[in-house]
Amino acid sequence: MALLEVRDLHVAYGKIEAVKGISFEVEQGQVVTLIGTNGAGKTTTLRTISGLLRPAAGRIMFDGKTIQNTPAHQIVSMGLAHSPEGRHIFPRMTIEENLLLGAYLRKDAAGIAEDVSNAYSMFPILGERRSQAAGTLSGGEQQMLAMARALMCRPRLLMLDEPSMGLSPIMMKQIMDTITQLKSSGTTILLVEQNAQAALSLADQGHVLEVGRIALSGRGADLLHDEQVRKTYLGEE
Amino acid sequence: MTTTVFLQLVTNGIAQGAMYGLIAVGYTMVYGIIQLINFAHGEFFMFGGFGALAVYLWIPPVQHLPLLAALPIMLVGGMIASVVIAVLAERFAYRPLRNAPRLAPLITAIGVSILLQQLVFLWYPQPGGGKVQVGVNAPVQFPTFAGKPFHLGGVLIQRANLLTVIVAFLCMAYLAYFVAKTRTGRAMQATAQDPDTARLMGINTDKVIVVAFVLGAAFAAVASITYGLRFGQVSYDMGFSAGLKAFTAAVLGGIGNIYGAMVGGLVLGIAEQVTTGVLANYHATQQWGTAWQDVWAFLLLIIVLLVRPQGLLGERVADRA
Ligand SMILES: Nc1ncnc2c1ncn2[C@@H]1O[C@H](COP(=O)(O)OP(=O)(O)O)[C@@H](O)[C@H]1O
Ligand SMILES: [Mg+2]
Repeated sequence: MALLEVRDLHVAYGKIEAVKGISFEVEQGQVVTLIGTNGAGKTTTLRTISGLLRPAAGRIMFDGKTIQNTPAHQIVSMGLAHSPEGRHIFPRMTIEENLLLGAYLRKDAAGIAEDVSNAYSMFPILGERRSQAAGTLSGGEQQMLAMARALMCRPRLLMLDEPSMGLSPIMMKQIMDTITQLKSSGTTILLVEQNAQAALSLADQGHVLEVGRIALSGRGADLLHDEQVRKTYLGEE
Repeated sequence: MTTTVFLQLVTNGIAQGAMYGLIAVGYTMVYGIIQLINFAHGEFFMFGGFGALAVYLWIPPVQHLPLLAALPIMLVGGMIASVVIAVLAERFAYRPLRNAPRLAPLITAIGVSILLQQLVFLWYPQPGGGKVQVGVNAPVQFPTFAGKPFHLGGVLIQRANLLTVIVAFLCMAYLAYFVAKTRTGRAMQATAQDPDTARLMGINTDKVIVVAFVLGAAFAAVASITYGLRFGQVSYDMGFSAGLKAFTAAVLGGIGNIYGAMVGGLVLGIAEQVTTGVLANYHATQQWGTAWQDVWAFLLLIIVLLVRPQGLLGERVADRA
């Protein structure tokens, strides 16, 4: 049984349907990516999975339980973490306070302290600035913080929405390397990206979204070599 | 005008301002989290005074205690009255409109405010006679301290004023601790900064909103008792003007900022007392004294907002969409 199963999901903003019946699965230990142009419905899909939006129809199962009517804060407690598009760190809190909020539902002080120091060794710059207001970090550093914060709940599934958005090529590479590292340590990831090249090269499974529908699905490597995908998403003629 | 008279005005202003500040905290916390100007907050304040008075009048042994010993018991009654009303208003009037256009909860708040005023106006039993009298128009007497005021230099310090400043300080110290150090306090900060992301951290933001209403109402109950002690009365419509002033204080201090609420309250209280006191002191300006008190208060608000639109301690709200 898949860890996450999305069945015929429809999501609407008022009368405008942004997601028009999509289905996909994420298996334990897999990296699955959703790619697609701006406005395709990727963010809407993730926000619906994590409970911030309610679907108009369809079904979301996490770990065998139906969650499309579960409040967002309870979905987190089941082990589904979501690092949102645009990072959304808490700007007026320190880096450490941001990390601790990621562990809001945990009670094991020792484990939390250990995970904070793991976060600092994964991203040393965060450790150096731990008492600084998170709003003062650069875009790339904020992205690191957002990912580290999402990991603080020891998620069974990590959802990342455009982690490389607006970053310099060097920063982008560092973030992608981190995702590769997480993958090899066994983290299950649902990755939304506009940087299709990078996303497909590390994903086990990929889905191409076009205006609210899945246009194409396949193994990451296969999609990467698919002529249609190369033309539309990798900018090749 | 002598220095002593001036200091006397400042002293009175501090007590009045501390009371505004205690009420303003409730406006500012709720606004900071759900961007609602809770116009009924003045009535939560009024309920606190009546709740405290009810305990005093309806449990006779309390009346025989020294007032200082009776106050904690009255405070419990006042807090229960304010908090219950606040929780009910949040649950049944504001929460159903959480995703409605902003004007809807605002108008609802005005409706709740009128409803609560009328409830007390029509139903609050007159003391003495056990009979419920319709339309308690007159203010209801509130117990006051019997002892003489303290002298400090030439300045008179009323016992109730001193108590007001002490409890305001204790309340603010507790709030500072709560927000910075407790788990719920941090959840509250997170919810104010970014509610959706707070939910992604596992924070039950509905619960956080209730906590903000509860804390605000509890502080308003404290303020209401200090009002009763200082003026010797409470009335069904006392929440209107005190609420308006406290809201002004919250905006003056920077709405959303809890310390700003107290700073705004103190600045407003002092300015109000000093301007009216000074003007009333001279024959030529006498007519612009006490009667014009509210004019000076709002003039101050306008001037401060022209110079610092975000309020005295407010943050520029650039990071909030
Ligand atoms: N809050 C919103 N209200 C109304 N429409 C929205 C909202 N958010 C997104 N949309 C619309 O839904 C569609 C999908 O958007 P989104 O999920 O953000 O796409 P993506 O993440 O793939 O860029 C777009 O047409 C967008 O304009
Ligand atoms: Mg998006």
